[in-house]
Amino acid sequence: MIWLNIVIQGALVGGFYALFACGLSLMFGVLKVINLAHGDMAVVAGYVAVFLAPHLHIPGLWSFVIVVPLFALVGYVLQRTLIQKSIDRDPFTTLLVTFGLSVVIENLLLEIYSANGQTVNIGQLITKSWHPASIIYVSYVSLGVLAVAVAVLGVLQLFLSKTGTGRLIRAVADDREAAQLSGANYRHIFGIAAAIAFATVALAGIAYGMMTQFAPTSGGINLLFAFEAVVIGGIGSLWGTLVGGIALGVAQQFGAHINPQYQVLAGNVLFLLVLAVRPQGLFGKKTALS
Amino acid sequence: MSLLDPSSRSLGALSIRRSTKPPIYTLVGVLILVALLTAAPWIFPAEWSAVLLNFFILVIMATMWNLLAGYAGMISIGQQAFIGLGAYATLFFALKGMNPFFTIPVSTVVCAVIAVPVTFLLFRLRGGYFAVATWVVSDTAMLVILTVAYLGGGTGKAMPGLQGLNPTQTAHDAYLATWFVALTVVTCTYLLLRSRMGLVLASIRDNEVAARSSGVNVQSARRLIFVVAAAGCGAAGAVLAISQPFVQASNVFSLQWAAEMLFVSMIGGLGTIEGPIIGSIIYFALQQTLQQYGVWYLIIFGSLAVVVALWQPKGIWGAFRERFHSELLPVGYWIRESKTKE
Repeated sequence: MIWLNIVIQGALVGGFYALFACGLSLMFGVLKVINLAHGDMAVVAGYVAVFLAPHLHIPGLWSFVIVVPLFALVGYVLQRTLIQKSIDRDPFTTLLVTFGLSVVIENLLLEIYSANGQTVNIGQLITKSWHPASIIYVSYVSLGVLAVAVAVLGVLQLFLSKTGTGRLIRAVADDREAAQLSGANYRHIFGIAAAIAFATVALAGIAYGMMTQFAPTSGGINLLFAFEAVVIGGIGSLWGTLVGGIALGVAQQFGAHINPQYQVLAGNVLFLLVLAVRPQGLFGKKTALS
Repeated sequence: MSLLDPSSRSLGALSIRRSTKPPIYTLVGVLILVALLTAAPWIFPAEWSAVLLNFFILVIMATMWNLLAGYAGMISIGQQAFIGLGAYATLFFALKGMNPFFTIPVSTVVCAVIAVPVTFLLFRLRGGYFAVATWVVSDTAMLVILTVAYLGGGTGKAMPGLQGLNPTQTAHDAYLATWFVALTVVTCTYLLLRSRMGLVLASIRDNEVAARSSGVNVQSARRLIFVVAAAGCGAAGAVLAISQPFVQASNVFSLQWAAEMLFVSMIGGLGTIEGPIIGSIIYFALQQTLQQYGVWYLIIFGSLAVVVALWQPKGIWGAFRERFHSELLPVGYWIRESKTKE
């Protein structure tokens, strides 16, 4: 029963990691950009949900209604300005610029909101859980986040394969020059992809704020987990990211079960093992490897 | 190759020179600076040498980061792994009864040895994935150290062998140790880049495929640079541990080191020896001026780094070099048509 609980709790956390990671995955897949400020963007979304939503009399649970569109817009604008400018230089510059942004955002948040922990207030819902067996408690919030993650991945998959814009995004991702020659405005397509990525990261940030406390420095560790989920699942595979996230979550729960100190370490060890034994990940192609 | 080599060689109609000025000027300037900085604890106020010590630590880190990114094209945001491991190696050997100052070379070697197997994992990823993976490595190193109760776990541990001594004397020794480590690191980097390896790295940077087809072993060149950079950061960690009364994991493994070394190299100028030093000077000037305004210096410095990366990717020194065709510590070659041809 203990083992079943580890798997269930790990899978619930894994859903969150996948939600966090899908924007990272999309940005890399289409723009070939690793956004090192990805985690900090999620934290900013959390702060917006905590401090802006109450002003507009929107309850915490529904804060995504304004935060997600806002972040889609931010993503589009940021892509058309700073990120596009750095893509035009070289991949090297995108890393420097996004890392610089990450440090600047983190320290700005520290200056404005101090290092105190914040949570998105969702009232009594946070304490409620489903209790199917003796020691197994399934928190409704975590279950909801897992469901949202699966829904987001499903919608994203459908969008990319069925709609015209989705096909354009895939075309630009596969061969930018060829897509350009056929008349695609790749900068606009990049902008749309970034908007989607930022919308998902906003969802992830709000979900994080509902599940636990966050602080200005929470972005970094979550970027690490998201990144580990992407590599474990296989770079370039959306559903692989979900499986990778769940594998990471289960490994962490397993580590925590042995000794709370080993929680994050166990996830890192799984990541390094995958890198050593199966570097393309569980479902990945070998394209991102050197 | 030393500074005293004849600076120009004639090769048919072309003349190949390394220095833009007679190298004797640079040599004299460097010697005066070395003498001045060695005597600094005796001639300057104590606060100055404390600031200079931290400045040297940053110069070591930035020089190593510049070697990785500016010369070998690897962006790492996990070099704090080796800063932390260097600091904890020093703590470990000091706890075993060694004089903390003698542990510096030992900790350096320990970090180099650890870096070798790490490259075999990290080199499976490239670009941004490599960068984040270095961060995972540093996080893992910190978590492993935290589980070792002998090294103080999460609360950290005081450096043994330094208590009970005359604090002024200890401060002087720590200053001199840091200064000599910085001098050694910059000199070795300079000599490494002037050697055959410098040429190999330049060829990889300019065109990796062409370098590969000319018989350059890209992977092993990168591996060597990664190990050297790990050793240098290990030495920085060792002197960091000695200069502070307390070794704590959250401090020595802090991501802020990565941010500092990246910003400093970017702003000063990637791919030049002088760049990281100039960047460090600017960083310290800014930090000392904005000290009372919290982390604003980091916000300003980070924004400046983003601006430099986008609009002046060669950094301050790169721009200066292009404008005035002048170098202090040349590692490349100037090829000109010789005047005798006319």
